[in-house]
Amino acid sequence: MTATPVLTVDDLSVAYRQRASTIHAVKGVSFTLGRERLGLVGESGSGKSTFGRAILRLLPESAAITARRLSLGDIDLLRADERAMREVRGKRIAMVLQDPKYSLNPVMTVGRQIAESYRVHAHVTGSEARERALDMLESVRIHDPNRVYDLYPHEVSGGMGQRVMIAMMLVPEPDVLIADEPTSALDVTIQAQLLRLLDDLIVRRGMALVLISHNLNLIAAFCDRVVVMYGGRVMEVCKASELIRAKHPYTQGLLACRPLIQEPRRDLPTLRRDPAWMDGA
Amino acid sequence: MIELESLSISFGRGANRIDAVRGVSFAVAAGESFGLVGESGCGKSTILRAIAGLYRPSGGSIRLDGKPAGAARTKAQRRLAQMVFQDPYGSLNPTHTVDRILAEPLAIQGLGEVESRIPRALAEVGLGGEHRFRFPHQLSGGQRQRVAIARALIVEPRILLLDEPTSALDLSVQAEILNLLSRIRDSHGLTVLMVSHDLAVIAHMCSRIAVMFRGEIVETLAVEQLRRRAAGHAYTRSLLASSFETAIPAG
Repeated sequence: MTATPVLTVDDLSVAYRQRASTIHAVKGVSFTLGRERLGLVGESGSGKSTFGRAILRLLPESAAITARRLSLGDIDLLRADERAMREVRGKRIAMVLQDPKYSLNPVMTVGRQIAESYRVHAHVTGSEARERALDMLESVRIHDPNRVYDLYPHEVSGGMGQRVMIAMMLVPEPDVLIADEPTSALDVTIQAQLLRLLDDLIVRRGMALVLISHNLNLIAAFCDRVVVMYGGRVMEVCKASELIRAKHPYTQGLLACRPLIQEPRRDLPTLRRDPAWMDGA
Repeated sequence: MIELESLSISFGRGANRIDAVRGVSFAVAAGESFGLVGESGCGKSTILRAIAGLYRPSGGSIRLDGKPAGAARTKAQRRLAQMVFQDPYGSLNPTHTVDRILAEPLAIQGLGEVESRIPRALAEVGLGGEHRFRFPHQLSGGQRQRVAIARALIVEPRILLLDEPTSALDLSVQAEILNLLSRIRDSHGLTVLMVSHDLAVIAHMCSRIAVMFRGEIVETLAVEQLRRRAAGHAYTRSLLASSFETAIPAG
């Protein structure tokens, strides 16, 4: 972590207005992100994905985003116009989504998609972009980039598709990478491999990572700090290495209800949700 | 209760032929819980579906409760083994109410006492009368999986086939569903065959576990061996390594 934060989030809220009521998907979330690996954990409906999209202003118009401050370096992400946001999206902050099947263009070869992602942000020729895309494929450990370049998304496996997504997001060299459940559609052995790769790339490039996941084990193993969310609120922020000694009853409850390989248990403890969690924080 | 003898299942023909399951044999005793683990495409769900009678084996045999269970099943054989699928959003008909979802297997099996069986099945999975006339979209993921379990239980099967029953659910909901499944298994003396890619979930539910790789069983372990990481096969060791690597110990 460095002294100057890459991303500053102060009192961020996202509300969806419906006919009679307002639903707060995210409420009063604050933290700063340095050049570190920050994990965002929570169950479905905790607002963790909405949060990721709010930073990039990728939410539907019915969503009202408010904050005391939401800034990337000296760019005010709340007030930047669409043109400025286009510069931010992809080039400064990139996002990897859960399922490569749905986030890659099915009618364009994977190599061209990576090259295109580079050309949008850098003024280079077609052949330069191709070279760069091949380099990127190699750096995400695809062994024969020349063959893979010309494959369509349906011709690659899930693990390879996700590497292509990562290559595509990293090619413009963003400052922040938001990865929303990047490995939850993949098998465990590939999951670990892909996270080590991601980790290696962000450390080497000095990027900041926001890893969004419902998987506590994964977040604890790969992040520096953890933000635990519930019902759109932050329950607690702690060091990933100290997650096991979490103080908030919600985090403790989540940790307790996991089945463990190491030790047998007759019944799993279940989580008791306290309505007060929605008031505080 | 379940006996597989060199079971093979293939799809397609000629150059497009895929051998999804290749010569798999194992036996599950009455009242035992047996697990199948492996990565996507290893054939674990295909075996489960073949046991349920959804796929026709291309070789070998399946015996349920001591009798051969081929492609043509009697009503009683279909009643014997019931399945719960991974995705509670996809496995319930969105245009049917919970009441109709639960009444259908009773009608197929020609079982009476619908008025008493449905509330009893709902109560058993922790749902109340207020859920009976709702549609699947009016229920949460965990409640939907409870309906899917009730649908399996309502015909009083002796074998429960579980295909990743909690992998689409949140951690806290997973714990509730796993507890429910163990309780039902114990109270009805059910034989369970469970498929999962999650070693911790399999170890929680099952006493013996078969590890599958590319359509074959590479190793069968007792749960204690799995917990001690006493695996013989290289593939099992790599699977264990990736599961233990990311596992936070107990608090």
